[in-house]
Formats: sequence, structure tokens, C-alpha cells
Amino acid sequence: MTQLALVIDLNVCVGCHACVTSCKEWNTSGAAGYMSDDRPYGADPTGTFFNRVQTFEVGEFPRTETVHFPKSCLHCEEPPCVPVCPTGASYKRPEDGIVLVDYDKCIGCKYCSWACPYGAREIDQHQKVMKKCTLCVDRIYDQTLPEAQRKPACVLACPANARLFGDVHDPDSQVSVAIRESGGYALMPEWGTKPANHYLPRRKTRMKIHDDELIRASNPLKKEGKRPKPPITDPSLDDVTSW
Amino acid sequence: MRPAFSVVLLTTLIGAGQGFFLALFTTEVYATVGLLPAQVSSFFVRGSIIAVVFLCAGLVASFFHLGHPERAWRAATKWRTSWLSREVIALPAAIATIFAYGLAHYLHWTAVLPDVHGVPHDIVPLVVGAVAVVATFLLFLCTGMIYACVRFLQEWATWLTVVNYLLFGAASGFVLASGYSAYQAPGLEGFLVEWATVIMGAALVTRSASLIRNARIRHKSSLQTAIGVRHAKISQMAQGSMGGSFNTREFFHGVTPGFMRSLKWVFLLLVFPLPALLLWAGLLRRTPALVVLAFVVQYLGLLVERWFFFAQANHPQNLYYQVVS
Repeated sequence: MTQLALVIDLNVCVGCHACVTSCKEWNTSGAAGYMSDDRPYGADPTGTFFNRVQTFEVGEFPRTETVHFPKSCLHCEEPPCVPVCPTGASYKRPEDGIVLVDYDKCIGCKYCSWACPYGAREIDQHQKVMKKCTLCVDRIYDQTLPEAQRKPACVLACPANARLFGDVHDPDSQVSVAIRESGGYALMPEWGTKPANHYLPRRKTRMKIHDDELIRASNPLKKEGKRPKPPITDPSLDDVTSW
Repeated sequence: MRPAFSVVLLTTLIGAGQGFFLALFTTEVYATVGLLPAQVSSFFVRGSIIAVVFLCAGLVASFFHLGHPERAWRAATKWRTSWLSREVIALPAAIATIFAYGLAHYLHWTAVLPDVHGVPHDIVPLVVGAVAVVATFLLFLCTGMIYACVRFLQEWATWLTVVNYLLFGAASGFVLASGYSAYQAPGLEGFLVEWATVIMGAALVTRSASLIRNARIRHKSSLQTAIGVRHAKISQMAQGSMGGSFNTREFFHGVTPGFMRSLKWVFLLLVFPLPALLLWAGLLRRTPALVVLAFVVQYLGLLVERWFFFAQANHPQNLYYQVVS
């Protein structure tokens, strides 16, 4: 079984929104049609996006940390949005685990968006169908592209390389290794949706200095400081030994 | 959640239609065994028409909820997994069987049930009506389960949701049937008013139970689980867009907590004590208009109740949309 997914490293993400804009650019130009915007330059702009970068502040000043948090469809292994769809427009591909919407079958009842705890689905206000991240399914299998570019647009756009793409069911894939060795976790595990996308936590690189590195163990009297300079008349080592 | 008026209308209208049919069929069953005076078939024909009109009005209202109503037929395909799909089948089934019930009365289909209390009775409407009762209850189940099966909308994810849909629908239907019988069959009015009162009492108990449950609810999701950072204090700085989006429109009702609290008392007043008073006043003073007014008042209350029901559900995705920037 293949389950394609993204692994997003929150330790690396700088919140530049390059993944958001490249996602919008690729998918609005795609075969499935544009992602409509209203008043993009007006006072109250709105539009359809597959991917958004949100920002959270953890802690209280001055001990705060800013977490940039890219959020898109997590391509759950137990997607709650799929069984509720009355038409079968919302489906999970058995061959690669991508959750997709068939825009020709969708009746726009919005029930799947109610059934997604992550808010990953957005209805297109003009086409009146539910839209969501496709993991760039029209790109990752495209044989006309060089193999290095057969990745989702957001992954290619990320300047910090915070987004990894691969098969999370293959234990040796880059994403599986990252999840396993860098503490990858799933969002809202309490609902049992088993999201395929994982996030890597913030990590601190700290130098561990042990006590005996600060206080010499070979100094039992704990007398630190410059040793007294012996008088010039005292015999030096050179006077008592010939080496 | 932001309540959609199409769905508010759909659920209240079909509830009233279903309850009305149940009331109608109840009087016929009671009459068959001689507990109520028998009615002429035109009483049931007109009654079936009223029930079908309410159900069809609900069906029409539901189309306004869809982005692509022309594809609505597709919604019947995934009945194996989706309660919404099951409702899409159960609603026309209820309409068809209730229509058939009225037709059986209209055409005087005469397979006669022999000798119940010495009164011969047409068995065909009874059998068709029994099938329609099954369809009606299945429709109640489907409507309730659409909301009760979404487990992250914890305010809805309880058996009380299904029971409330059933009891509210039955109550408004019996109140409507009381008004109908006040004009068409005064001999049934007392019976229907009594049952309407009993069902309203039961609905008051279960709705109060769900209100108390929802007031004490502990939401499973938090900002900590939403972004996976374990810290007692997390606040959102930006939601990723300066303008609104589907996520900010669909899942927030946008009214103040005080408004929600007062709305609760408005519907509790409009759905239970006021219609009960009007029903009994209409029955005892022999004023049919008051009984019909009871239905109108209660229906308005049910619109408020349904709006409140939708607005009260707190979707976990809202955790991601607390602050614009």
C-alpha cells in the first residue's frame, strides 16, 4: 500500500507563504479549472486556497516562540469526509491514498466540510463545488516533467526545504525516516482520523555541559583561580631533575 | 456553525409533515379498533395532501442548500455509508408512501378487514399507511443521524439529537393535526390535543437534557492538539489571510453569546408553553383559530430552535481561525 503524504518541518518553516502562492498558481492554472477569487485587490478579499500558512505564538512574553504552521488537507488514512459524501464525489484513491473530489459529481452540499475537523476543504464560491488539496496529483505522475520536479508545487517552492513529500508507508522513504527519527506527529489524534501528513516538532539544539566540565574533578579542595607564583628563589623543576 | 436557512426550513417542514402524517394514521388506527369515531375518507385524503405538501416544501427548500441542484439525483448513490444519502432516499420514499396512502383512501381500495368491532374497514389504507409510518420513522432517523454521526461536532454527536428530531417533528405534526381536526373532525380534536401535549412534554425533557449536556460539554480538541504543540498558552497571530474565507464564513454563527442565551429562552417559550396554552384554550373554548395559531407559534419557535441547534455546534476547525492577523 502506498500512502503519499507531506511531512512539514515546523522547525524549518519560516512562514514565507511561498507554498501558498505556488499552490494557488499551479492549481488555478490546472486542468480542473481555476480557484476563484473575489475582490482580490478590494477591501474585503476572499478566495479559494488549498493551503494556508498560519502563525501561532507559544508562551508568554518574553519567553515566546513563533510557530509558522502550514495547513492543507492531511490525506487521512481514515478520512471522515469521504463516507459522508452522498454522491461519492469525495473519494480516497486506493493506489496512492490521495483524497480527492470529483468536481463533476460534487453537488456542493458542504457536508464533507462539516465532517473535516481540520477545515481543509473550501467551497469554490463560483463553481459551487468543494475543493481541497490534491497533492498535485496532476503533477506528481507527469512523465513529461523531469523526475526531480514530479513533486507537489508547495514542496518545490519551499525555500527552506521544510516540506518533504513521499510514501509514508514505505519505512525507508525520506518522509518515514523523518517521522521516525525526528518525532513526527499527527494533528488532532483524538479523532482517530490517522492523518497521513505529519509535522515535525520544533527542536532546540543545545550544548550539554556537564558539571565536571566546569569544576575540575582533579581539584578536591575546590580551590580555583590562578595558582600563586612561586618565589624566584624556589627551586624549579629544572633544578631537581635533569629530564 | 452558521445555520443555513434552507436546512432550517427543510428539517422543520419535513418534521411537521411527518408528524402530521403520524397523527393522521394514529387516528385511523384508533378508529379501526373503535377507540375513536371513524372519519370519512376525504378527511384522510386532505390530510395526506397536507402532509405531502409539507414534505415537498421541505424537499424544495433543501435544493437551495446545494451548489449544483441539477446533480441532486447523484446524492442517492452512497446510501451504504452516508446518512445524507439515506435521507435523500427516505424523503421521496416517505412522500411516495404517504401519497399512496391518500390515494388508497381516495380510490376506496376495498380489501375489507373483516369484523373489527363489527365495523368493516378498508385494510389497504391501513397497510399502505403502516409502510408509510416505517418510511416516516426511517426519515426521522436519517435526518437526526446526519447530524449525530459527525463525531467532532460534539454538541450533535449524541442519541438525543435523533430523539429531538423525532419528538419535535411529531409534536409540531400533532399540533397541526389538532388544528386540522378542529375544522374537519371535531371528534378527534381532544385526542390529538392530548397527544400533542404529551409529545411536547417529552420533547421538552429530551431537549432540556441536550441543552444541559451541551452546556457541560468538554471539547476534545484544543489549540494544543490542533497544532501539536504542548504548551498551556498558545495564541494565534495570523490565520493565513487578511480577508475572510469559506472557513471563516461557514463555521462561525457571528452572534454574541448573550444573543445565543436569549435565543434559547425564546425557543423554549415558543415551542412548549405558548402552543400548549393556545391548544388547550382553543380546545376548551371551541375556537379552532387558536389551535391553528398554536401551530404557527410553535413553528416559529421550531425555526428558532433549529437555528440555535446549528449555531450551537462548535466546529474544531474554528481553532485554526481565531485571529485574522
